[in-house]
Amino acid sequence: MMTAVETERTRQEKLKLRATLTALGMLPVLVILAIGFELLSGRFMTINNLSIVMQQASINIVLAAGMTFVILTGGIDLSVGSILAASAMIAVIVSLVPDYGMLGIPAAIAVGLAFGIANGSLIAFLKLPPFIVTLGSLTAVRGVARLLGGDTTVFNPDLPFEFIGNGTLFGVPWLAIIALATVAISWFILRRTVLGTWIYAVGGNAEAARLTGIKVPLVLLFVYGMSGLLSGLGGVMSAARLYAANGLQLGQAYELDAIAAVILGGTSFVGGVGSIWGTLVGALIIAVLSNGLILVGVSDIWQYIIKGLVIIAAVALDRYRLKGLSRT
Amino acid sequence: MTAPARHQAEAAPLLEMRNINKTFGAIRALSGVSLSVRAGEVHALMGENGAGKSTLMKVLSGAYRADPGGEILINGQPVQTGNPIKAKASGIAVIYQELSLAPNLTVAQNMFLGAEPSRFGLVDRRANERKAQPILDRLGVGFSASTPVGQLSLGERQMVEIARALTTNARIIVMDEPTTSLTTRETDRLFEVIASLKAHGIAVIYISHRMEEVYQLADRVSVLRDSAYVGTLDRSELSASRLVSMMVGRDLSSFYKKEHRPPSGERKVVLSVRNMGDGFRVHDCSFDIRAGEVVAMAGLVGAGRTELARLIFGADHRRSGTISIDGRECDIRNPRDAMAAGIAYLTEDRKGLGLFLDMSISENINIGVIGQDAQAGSLLDFKAARRRADKAVTSLAIRTSGTSINVGALSGGNQQKVLLARLLETRPRVVILDEPTRGVDVGAKSEIYRIIDDLAQSGIAILVISSDLPEVVGIADRVLVMREGRIAGEITASAANPITQEAIMVLSTGASEDHG
Repeated sequence: MMTAVETERTRQEKLKLRATLTALGMLPVLVILAIGFELLSGRFMTINNLSIVMQQASINIVLAAGMTFVILTGGIDLSVGSILAASAMIAVIVSLVPDYGMLGIPAAIAVGLAFGIANGSLIAFLKLPPFIVTLGSLTAVRGVARLLGGDTTVFNPDLPFEFIGNGTLFGVPWLAIIALATVAISWFILRRTVLGTWIYAVGGNAEAARLTGIKVPLVLLFVYGMSGLLSGLGGVMSAARLYAANGLQLGQAYELDAIAAVILGGTSFVGGVGSIWGTLVGALIIAVLSNGLILVGVSDIWQYIIKGLVIIAAVALDRYRLKGLSRT
Repeated sequence: MTAPARHQAEAAPLLEMRNINKTFGAIRALSGVSLSVRAGEVHALMGENGAGKSTLMKVLSGAYRADPGGEILINGQPVQTGNPIKAKASGIAVIYQELSLAPNLTVAQNMFLGAEPSRFGLVDRRANERKAQPILDRLGVGFSASTPVGQLSLGERQMVEIARALTTNARIIVMDEPTTSLTTRETDRLFEVIASLKAHGIAVIYISHRMEEVYQLADRVSVLRDSAYVGTLDRSELSASRLVSMMVGRDLSSFYKKEHRPPSGERKVVLSVRNMGDGFRVHDCSFDIRAGEVVAMAGLVGAGRTELARLIFGADHRRSGTISIDGRECDIRNPRDAMAAGIAYLTEDRKGLGLFLDMSISENINIGVIGQDAQAGSLLDFKAARRRADKAVTSLAIRTSGTSINVGALSGGNQQKVLLARLLETRPRVVILDEPTRGVDVGAKSEIYRIIDDLAQSGIAILVISSDLPEVVGIADRVLVMREGRIAGEITASAANPITQEAIMVLSTGASEDHG
């Protein structure tokens, strides 16, 4: 017969195993998908194609990083696609100013940050539900984006920062570098700073966080500000890729891909649990699916259906896998 | 093992659990446990936290499936384990420790949740309430069937739980620590109800840590220890020493620790509260606590004790009143201000308002310091965090194999110590402990009393809110009694006049005033 101490110990070892499995998360799914597409098409695992996948994933990775901060606090940001569109408009419009074209980058990021802070203020100080606030700004900011260009497409064939969208550094696309840098900085904030601990605490138990002396409104302001700022960065990235921006079409439904990436990455929808690495893997799964299905020659319509089902199946698998290990 | 055998000869058991084993992976939560319960008896189930009581009851209720080889018989008929619907249909009702009510629904809706009386598929709200009301009347509660559960106190919600069990015509009712959040009056009412259930031939399996209740209620007591069945005592064989040695295998002679000396008038006042009120549940409360003094705050549930503590801590908005620490008035508007002023508060709702269950033990200990001192942008100091966590584990005797483990894996007593460590790390001058030993097993209780005593010896002013009267009498230098939002009286211990439970009850119920 086991003693109570021994029982406690095995139980805790079990929980450690569970933590390891959680950390590994969806990585196996990503690897299986990559191998599967390689076997089916024979063209997936080339340097050239992987570089394309990374480029395609980059904007979603940046948006999903911001979304990770928000969902970790138990919130949601539906307005990222609209903010991206408005920021991209600003980026292109400012880039047309002679000699000061490079200011398009900080201008777009500042606009994104401003919208994010506006969301955050309503949520933190007026205590409005995040879903409602960002649903409102999803629509309102979209309107602003159309207003900015007089509801037309703005072009700049001589975009001063076009290298961001199409250039490479030592052979690595700038888009990929920005996306990975965003992930690295997000990881640093979440895991190495006091603020990161506060974010997890607010998501885990907001009232306990307040009673512990954590400035909950500051945390909320930060996460929505961060999400807005990264949406602004996403705006710069997509403007740089297209040399143009359109307030109506750009960034439509981007919030859904960002949310899907975060959830695929194992971040809990109620907050408090999750990691930025998971989000990176989640965003890559979505990009690999899109790219791989095209390579295999699946029609556009079926791509939608398969992507949706894979997201549901992957998350279901994840829940099932973890359930077997839990106790009480 | 002879005792159950002898009783079987006297009366056929209503419920028999035979050779119940339950393993979770490599962990053995129950090992060959047998339990036999007769109709119309109150059968107490005792044991330290983690002994397997809750697991056994979850097997009974169908929440868990027992490992092959075990069986459950009701009136001699086998019941399939691992099926909550079958268990319910065969007359088993369980009232869980953690309340499982929907706060947005009314009392009646909660009572019939999942079994709503309906006509032509439509829920008839009135009929619902008409059916619920007599059951509530039988329990003697002070709220009606149409009250939303969200408006009820913790104690009142427990009553709704019991009422819900009564709606299902249960033959075996399991009560898991039903009195932890009940007032003395509600407890008495509950005991009357239990007596009437007994008279109707219903068996009550009563899980409790409180020895007094078991003496008062139980016909027989079964004890579990380390996942195994230890034995069953008949009412006539009950004795505290026997039960305690069955439960813990050791003697608890010095249970309440009180080695610090109660301070004399020369010791200076640390916390001074004047005219505190929120205009709603707390009115005009004033008191002082001296350095090294342990003051207990007694009173019925709903008397406003937790509300007063939250006002002092800045967790809720106060309408009137001042707080001074060491004679200097502090402007406390939120918990941050309170912590900066040197006040620490241990919540009564450990899981809901205290712990971050997804975080590690170390993070849970350190987050108090992090919340108080550090600026948001600064980097985490992992070395200091590890040092703090290791120190707390040693000095508070937290039983764990490491500090990086999720705090949810700990038992209730060890979780409470983690919370204590968190607030002690903020180096408070005043510590307010709200029901520090609720839901904590006997061993951890005595360790918490030791910690309280150590804190008092180090000169910290301590306020302990407690509904456990023996505990109040055992640890306090002075008792403040609250009634209906006001401080109804104060009892100071002296050699000639020790604090008594009776004196506290008189003040908290207002009994002396009723009699003129």
